[in-house]
Amino acid sequence: MANTPTQTRKSLERHGLSDEQLKTIFRTMLLQRQLDNRGFQLNRQGKVPFALGSEGHEALQAGAAMAFARGKDILAPYYRDLGLSIGIGLTPYEIMLSIFARAADHNGGRQFPNHYSSKRAGLMSFSSILAAHIPHAVGAAYALQYRKENGRAVLVTFGDGTTSEGEWHESMNFAAVHKLPIVFLCENNQWAISTPLSLQMGQPDIYKRAEGYGMPGEQFDGFDPLATYDAVKRAMDRARNGGGPTLLEGVCYRFLAHSTDDNDLTYRTREDVDEHRKDDPLPRFENLLLDSGVITADEVAAFKKDVLRETNEATDKAEAMPFPTADDLYKHVYEGAWEPWQ
Amino acid sequence: MAVATSSSKVLNNVEAVRDTLYEALKNDDRVVILGEDVGARGNVFLITKDFAKEFGTERIIDTPIAEASIVGIAVGMAMEGLRPIAEIQFADFIYPSFNQIVGEAAKTRYRSNGEYTCPMVIRTPYGGGVRGALSHSVSVEALFYHVPGLKIVVPSFPADVKGLLNAAIDDPDPVLFLEHKKTYRLIKGEVPDGHYVIPIGKADVKKEGSQLTVVSYGLYVHWALEAANQLESEGMSVEVIDLRSVRPMDRTLILQSVRKTRKLLVIHEDNKFGGIGAEISAMVAEEALFDLDAPIRRLAAPDVPAMGYAMPLEEAYMSSPAKMADAMRDMVKF
Repeated sequence: MANTPTQTRKSLERHGLSDEQLKTIFRTMLLQRQLDNRGFQLNRQGKVPFALGSEGHEALQAGAAMAFARGKDILAPYYRDLGLSIGIGLTPYEIMLSIFARAADHNGGRQFPNHYSSKRAGLMSFSSILAAHIPHAVGAAYALQYRKENGRAVLVTFGDGTTSEGEWHESMNFAAVHKLPIVFLCENNQWAISTPLSLQMGQPDIYKRAEGYGMPGEQFDGFDPLATYDAVKRAMDRARNGGGPTLLEGVCYRFLAHSTDDNDLTYRTREDVDEHRKDDPLPRFENLLLDSGVITADEVAAFKKDVLRETNEATDKAEAMPFPTADDLYKHVYEGAWEPWQ
Repeated sequence: MAVATSSSKVLNNVEAVRDTLYEALKNDDRVVILGEDVGARGNVFLITKDFAKEFGTERIIDTPIAEASIVGIAVGMAMEGLRPIAEIQFADFIYPSFNQIVGEAAKTRYRSNGEYTCPMVIRTPYGGGVRGALSHSVSVEALFYHVPGLKIVVPSFPADVKGLLNAAIDDPDPVLFLEHKKTYRLIKGEVPDGHYVIPIGKADVKKEGSQLTVVSYGLYVHWALEAANQLESEGMSVEVIDLRSVRPMDRTLILQSVRKTRKLLVIHEDNKFGGIGAEISAMVAEEALFDLDAPIRRLAAPDVPAMGYAMPLEEAYMSSPAKMADAMRDMVKF
């Protein structure tokens, strides 16, 4: 028998989120998907050379973003964290500047899309090299602990494939030794380009490795933004209060190919993807909010319209911005002017 | 006549490193040292001996044996406002951290359009002549100096060690600081008191001369000076330039000297192929070919992976003051 709206609402209350916060999570998920799609569309139109998708990660990222304290915490993300980045304060315009590689982009159009860096938002600069950012996050967490900045923590994210890298292991180990204020959040989407989990690791429950390092580990449904929020909030609070690091594993699925340069049907079937799409976190969360009366159908329609308008405006505005110039190539090599040997 | 108070003292290279690190820790709370055995043991050369007792284990961090993360964690510390000094116990162990140095530290400022920076130092002892065998003798400068965004410093004299290490710690960009381990206790010299810096990227004329320019760095500067003095007693005049920084490199001083002496010999301990000497030779050939009276020559290690443990293998790999003097004589007489 289906739950009544009252029962559903009651079940929502245990997460301790206000209706506004629940709507924010939902809106972040919608915006993430819209911007994601726009990147792929622009690529197909020949307007941008490359785009990365994060479809399937919306619940995980919007939920985690809600557990992030803006202006306090530090995020060390990876290249699939579009929703997390929006969720902690990047604007659609900033996302589009990155996709179009314009001069006003955070990194001046130097990096691939989705490689944001924003001191304003507390988002650390990172490269495309898997796991290279994990020790950086640990170093930042060490700095927080060293300066006794209680109440602040670092959230570092990565995919399942990254957990095979040596720097991931080294970083987990160091963080556990020093009980650092950091949360390791694995967005387990089952695929590292074409390599499935079964070829990536002998222990497919990533969270279980936490015990080997001496920290708590927890797995949760990454298609559920509230389960994500709960787990990340608990772990971040523990980190903020001196309780040390946690390894979290959100299980989700990558709906799109790795990037616009990848054809995922060379290594998996459309049926497999479609099967997972039945669990798509967007309609699932939308229905939950509708069933509980947190949101109305009209509000949902208005949100979707609003998100599309915002994406369109951001696209147009970013596209009209200038590219970096050849002179920009020589900036920021070192502090001050750099004159290479000619 | 000795004076009661001195504005300098005599230190060897390893004491100069220790004194400089100590002062940096005293002067700036943001400075932390991390590496293998730097705490209770005080580093295998005892450079940080007793530092942990005075500054605490939060600042003198004994790390797990994991070089990639030693550098990677330092990168994160630097991005978040600390001034980490990461130690790689021997330069030969630096390879696991290659990506963190080349791909991350050196590119952070560039890839973030100047928003994030990596003001950090990576210190490591390098070089041979100490029976260090395959894995405790390597020269690594050429593996790293190809990389814009990174600075590489190789001082040879105690006063330079202090001035350049201070500059490296103050520097807003990542600096790889190479210390030749054979010079640690062998080389002594006057070191001024108080804080001073020697700008990174400025070479130094250690001996003036008129018939040949020798450019070298590290242990070999000392041997080159020995050889140059020998030649002087034979009536020949050789100028010896201590590069001190291999990146940025002091193009101006090298060209100035070469235009005066009209001959160039580059001497280094690292392999000849693709080494620092290749870059200097190419630069001088591009800029001053018609000022030269002889072909440029490089005296460097043979193209083999490393010096061996057995004495004849080490001796065959390394140069010597006598081999340097021979090369210098040939050049002067050319």
